[in-house]
Amino acid sequence: MPAIETSARQNTASSEKVKNRKTGFEKKISLFGFIFALPWIVGLLLFQAYPLIMSAYYSLTSYSILEPGEFVGLKNFTTLFQDKVFWISIYNTMYYTLIFVPLSIVVGVVLALFLNLKIRGQGIYRTLFFIPSLVPPVATTIIWLWLLNPQFGLVNYWLDKIGISGPPWIGSEAWSKPSLILMSLWGTGQAVVIYLAGLQDIPQDYYDAAQVDGANGWQRTKTITLPLLTPVIFFNLIIGTIGALQNFVLPYTLTNGQGTPANSMMFYVMYLYTSGFGYLKMGYASAMAWILFLIVVILTALIFVSQKRWVHYQGKE
Amino acid sequence: MGKTRLGTVQKVFVHALLIVIGACFLSPFLWMVSTSLKANSELFLWPPVWIPSVMVWSNYPAALDYIPFFKYLWNTLTIAGLATLAVLFSCPLVAYSIARIPWKGAKPLFAITLMVMMLPYQVTMIPIFIAFKNFGWVGTNIPLWLPAFFGVPFFIFLLRQFFMGLPKELEDAARIDGASELRIYWQIMLPLCRPALLTIALFQFMGSWTDYQGPLIYLSDETQYTLMLGIQSFKSQHGAEWQMMMATLVMITLPIVVLYFLVQKAFIRGITFSGIK
Repeated sequence: MPAIETSARQNTASSEKVKNRKTGFEKKISLFGFIFALPWIVGLLLFQAYPLIMSAYYSLTSYSILEPGEFVGLKNFTTLFQDKVFWISIYNTMYYTLIFVPLSIVVGVVLALFLNLKIRGQGIYRTLFFIPSLVPPVATTIIWLWLLNPQFGLVNYWLDKIGISGPPWIGSEAWSKPSLILMSLWGTGQAVVIYLAGLQDIPQDYYDAAQVDGANGWQRTKTITLPLLTPVIFFNLIIGTIGALQNFVLPYTLTNGQGTPANSMMFYVMYLYTSGFGYLKMGYASAMAWILFLIVVILTALIFVSQKRWVHYQGKE
Repeated sequence: MGKTRLGTVQKVFVHALLIVIGACFLSPFLWMVSTSLKANSELFLWPPVWIPSVMVWSNYPAALDYIPFFKYLWNTLTIAGLATLAVLFSCPLVAYSIARIPWKGAKPLFAITLMVMMLPYQVTMIPIFIAFKNFGWVGTNIPLWLPAFFGVPFFIFLLRQFFMGLPKELEDAARIDGASELRIYWQIMLPLCRPALLTIALFQFMGSWTDYQGPLIYLSDETQYTLMLGIQSFKSQHGAEWQMMMATLVMITLPIVVLYFLVQKAFIRGITFSGIK
């Protein structure tokens, strides 16, 4: 009996020692974790948390750079809802988002399907479609201004050749947004690369099995490739939607910040920028930023909720 | 479509299709190069000509004088260089802490990082501008690279994904051998994630190079302009001199395309990483 007792006591002692050593190690490692993450913790406070709070505060004031401004409650918001340009900018932004994002997904997926085929020159084709997405947005603007020139532009020349009289493009209210969508589609190469990566992750077994069952190419695409590509489409849908809502550089540089003709190119963030940095209505612009934030959150949430209906994850049914 | 063999007819069809669409994608690019080599008199010809009757190479040196090209290039390189150094310092540190160090803060910090990625830039833009203004830094390039020293959420996310993929035995073995945490990070982990580091360096460099909104907000003095601000003001002043603008565009686009081809593999890996893995 006493012998057993001693050994039991020894056991407790040694396990305590281990425990001590462990908490010592845990303390040390926690300290390291904290120190390594310190730049980001400071960054979160300085460049995210602080501005987030201040932005909420400014949205309730008449702050401008020149004057300290005063607390005005929800006045910025009520003024916004009566501001005609605000609603035009929302309409333009929704128009652009609802057409460009689905279109870019269709174009991206179709291109990726073709670029995934085992054919000669595959690498060259892929490069071809990727290069435009490397062109800086400001450069894209100028290149397309020239291409879409109603009188001397290459695009209208081609249309002319096939018997279509080309539209005035950027110069007209009806065609300015379609022009912008065309320009944006030119830079979809990065999305294609992501789709291609997704296609490569689909196991070959599925196709082999389908082939045994006698499924043709289109059937295999419809029943295997597209469903298994939905997680990637889902990802691009979210990124694309958020990006489209924040559309700024292309329309801004195209119209030198004017949003012309007749505000048809006045997008939400452009109006926000103009209000804040053009008219120095920083409180007003902050209110706009919060509305944008809300729209982003709602749309993202809607897409997330919808994923149960159409996104298929491998191994989960 | 899968990875099945195509018949000859199908192959011809696919090639034809890809060539036609590919031509549409490439022609704006080629049209830029073609225009940059035209004489003023050939700009407005109808039908348009692809190959100028005389190649006017002198458009290029002339375009350099339209805007102070080298001045703007230097300004751009300063910002892009500092911002790239900054993300290479801050982001792997933070990502390593989140992905590999078993401490309490790791998980919440990662969740916050993901949330911050959703936050539109416009929400924080105005208070940050006002803060920088109070510091007297508006009109300098400081706001364009300083925040990068405190981490960029997307890059932290990307590097975290990469760190997660490395085998756990690596640091366990090193710890048993008595290596310090700093040494494990510096001598084992960092060298292993070189491709991911190259990717974020490229993303940041290209991001700074092509950035328009940042410089637009913070730089007002023309001597401080970046290339993107420079070409935009060129456009609003000499809008009709397309050959000069295109020559400038070739000179600001080509470095990026060349850079891409030099590091193509790491780059594509980076994009796919950021995507889904």
